[in-house]
Amino acid sequence: MELKMATAGTMESGDIMIQLAPSDHPGLDIHLQSSVAFQFGDQIREVIRETLMGLGITKAEVYATDKGALDCTIRARTTAAAVRATGNDVWSE
Amino acid sequence: MNTLNDRKTLVSQVAEAMGKRVYNDGAENHKETAPRLELQHESPKLVSLEDAIRRSGLRDGMTISFHHHFRGGDKVVNMVVAKLAEMGFKDLHLAASSLQDVHAPLIEHIRNGVITQISTSGLRGELAKEISHGLMAKPVIFRSHGARGAAIASGELHIDVAFLGASSADPLGNACGYSRSENAKSICGSLGYALPDARYADKVVVLTDDLVNYPNTPNSISEHDVDFVVEVDSVGDSSKIASGAIRDTKNPRDILLAKQAAKVIVNSGYFNDGFSIQTGSGGASLAAVKYIRQSMIDRNIQASFALGGITAHMVKMHEEGLIGRLIDVQSFDKVAAESLKNDPRHKEVAAYEYASKQEQGSATHYLDIVILSALEVDVHFNVNVLVGSDGIIRGAIGGHPDTAEDSALSIIVCPMLRGRIPCIVDEVTTLITPGRTVDVVVTEYGIAVNPNRPEIAERLREAGLHLVTLEELRDRALKIIGTPAPLPFGEKVVGVVLNRGGSVMDVIKDIKE
Repeated sequence: MELKMATAGTMESGDIMIQLAPSDHPGLDIHLQSSVAFQFGDQIREVIRETLMGLGITKAEVYATDKGALDCTIRARTTAAAVRATGNDVWSE
Repeated sequence: MNTLNDRKTLVSQVAEAMGKRVYNDGAENHKETAPRLELQHESPKLVSLEDAIRRSGLRDGMTISFHHHFRGGDKVVNMVVAKLAEMGFKDLHLAASSLQDVHAPLIEHIRNGVITQISTSGLRGELAKEISHGLMAKPVIFRSHGARGAAIASGELHIDVAFLGASSADPLGNACGYSRSENAKSICGSLGYALPDARYADKVVVLTDDLVNYPNTPNSISEHDVDFVVEVDSVGDSSKIASGAIRDTKNPRDILLAKQAAKVIVNSGYFNDGFSIQTGSGGASLAAVKYIRQSMIDRNIQASFALGGITAHMVKMHEEGLIGRLIDVQSFDKVAAESLKNDPRHKEVAAYEYASKQEQGSATHYLDIVILSALEVDVHFNVNVLVGSDGIIRGAIGGHPDTAEDSALSIIVCPMLRGRIPCIVDEVTTLITPGRTVDVVVTEYGIAVNPNRPEIAERLREAGLHLVTLEELRDRALKIIGTPAPLPFGEKVVGVVLNRGGSVMDVIKDIKE
C-alpha cells in the first residue's frame, strides 16, 4: 500500500503521537519513545503492529511518542494516522 | 572599717574559693558610645559567606544543613555548596529538610566529591534521577519531617553548620521567613523546618536578602542561636513557593476525588465541633478543605485548628471564623505566609513540635483528620509517596507517615490510574507509610476502608457512599492497562527509608538507565 507521511495524536499526558512514513524495505519498523517504556513498551508496540496489520499496512516506518496512553487510545491514534497516510477512510466503510 | 579597699583581701579569698577571677576595672571592655543604629552594623556576626564558612570551623567530613521553605525557588543550597566547592571542601554530608528540581547542580558537586552523603525528606528532578541510577556511593537517608526534627533534637542527626535562608534578619541574627521592611525581597512564611537546625546545630549561619535594623521582632529564629549573618542578593524566588507539589487544581478528576474525600470527612464520625484537620500537598487533598466549608457552615461546626502545610483556603476559613487557630510548619503559598506574619493566631511551629513521634505535645498527636495524597497504595493499605512506578525517586516523604500514624482518621486520595500507571497495586514500589496507619483510600472508582476500622465503613455505607476493596480496584486497573513488565532494578542500595521511630523501614535499589 502506498503511504504518505502522516501524523495523528498529541504529546499530552495520556495520549500518544503516531507518525507514519514510507519505508524502503518490507516490515514495520516501530520506533517507540514512551514514559512507561519499562513496563509497557512491548504491549504498546504490539497494539500498534496489530492495528496497522489489520488495516493492511505491512511496510512502514512508525515513530511513536507515548505519554502513557491506554490501548484504546493507541488503536485510535494509529488508525487515524493510517487513514491520513493511505487516504483510505476505514471509518466510512 | 568596711571600705572597698578593706574588703580587697576578702574578695581575693572568696574569688579563689569560688575559682573565679577578681574584677579588674582597667582590664574590662571599654564602654561603647557609638549610636546603636551605627554600632549594630559593625556586629562581629555580620560577615561574608566565605568568612562565615571559615570561622564556623567547618572541616571535611562534617554535616551541613539547609531548609526547603523556598521550595522550587530556593537559592541558598546551590549558592553555599558552590562556595564550599570553590573553597576546596570535600566529603560533606548534606542534611536538608528536602531537595527539589532546582538542586540539580548538586550532581556535579557529588561527582567532584564535595558532597558524599545526603539526608533529606525528598528528591526530585535530575538529581533524583541520577541518584536512582546509582550516582552516590553511600545511600541517601530519607526521613519524614517529624523524624528529622526528632533526630536533630535527640542528636541522632548531628549538624555541624546550618545555613538557613531568611527573608529578613537583623545584624545579630533575629530572623524571619518574611520581612516587615520596605525593602522586602522575598517571603516564605513559616521557618518550621529550619528551627530544629537553628536550635541544635553547632554553628548557625543565617543568610538574608533583607538586612534590617535590630530588633527584627517578632522573630522566629533567635539571635541567641545564630553565629553569623550573611547578606546576599537573593535567598529565594517567592513566586516559586506555590510550585512543585502545590497547585490549585482545575483537574476534574482531582475535584471529584476532593469532593468524595469531603463526603468521607463529613460522615466519618469525626466531623464535630472543635475537630482538627490537616491536608497534605497534592491537588485533590488541598482542594478537599474547600468542599467541607459549606457543611461546616450548615451544621454550625468550627474546627479548633488546622495544621500543616497551611494554604490560602485555610487562611480564608480561619478569617471567616470556621477555623480557630492555624499551626504552620510550612506556608504553602504567599497568602499563608502573609497571614503568618500578620495574625498572632497563625502560629509557626518547629518540625519536632509539629510531628515528632517522641514529643508528647507535637501537634499531630492532637489531629483528628488528615487528607493525604499518594503515588501508590497497595492492597494492604501501604503507601508510597517517594519512588515513582518507573523506579525513579520523584517525591518526598514529608509528614505523610507522621500524620497518618498520629491522626484519628487518615484519608488517602489517589486515582486508580495515572495515564497508564496503576496507582492501586499489589505491592508498593517503596514502603513509606505502613498500611496499619491508613484508614480510608478514596479513588474515582470507589472508597476503600481499612478492615481495622469497621465502624468507619459502617458510617460511610449508611451515608450511601460506594465502598469497594483495594483488591477490586487493583484488578480493575490491570484489566484496563494490561500487566506491567517488572522494572530493571539493580542490586545497589541507593536510598534508605527510616521509619519515624528511627527504625529502618525499607531500602531503594538502583534502577538501570
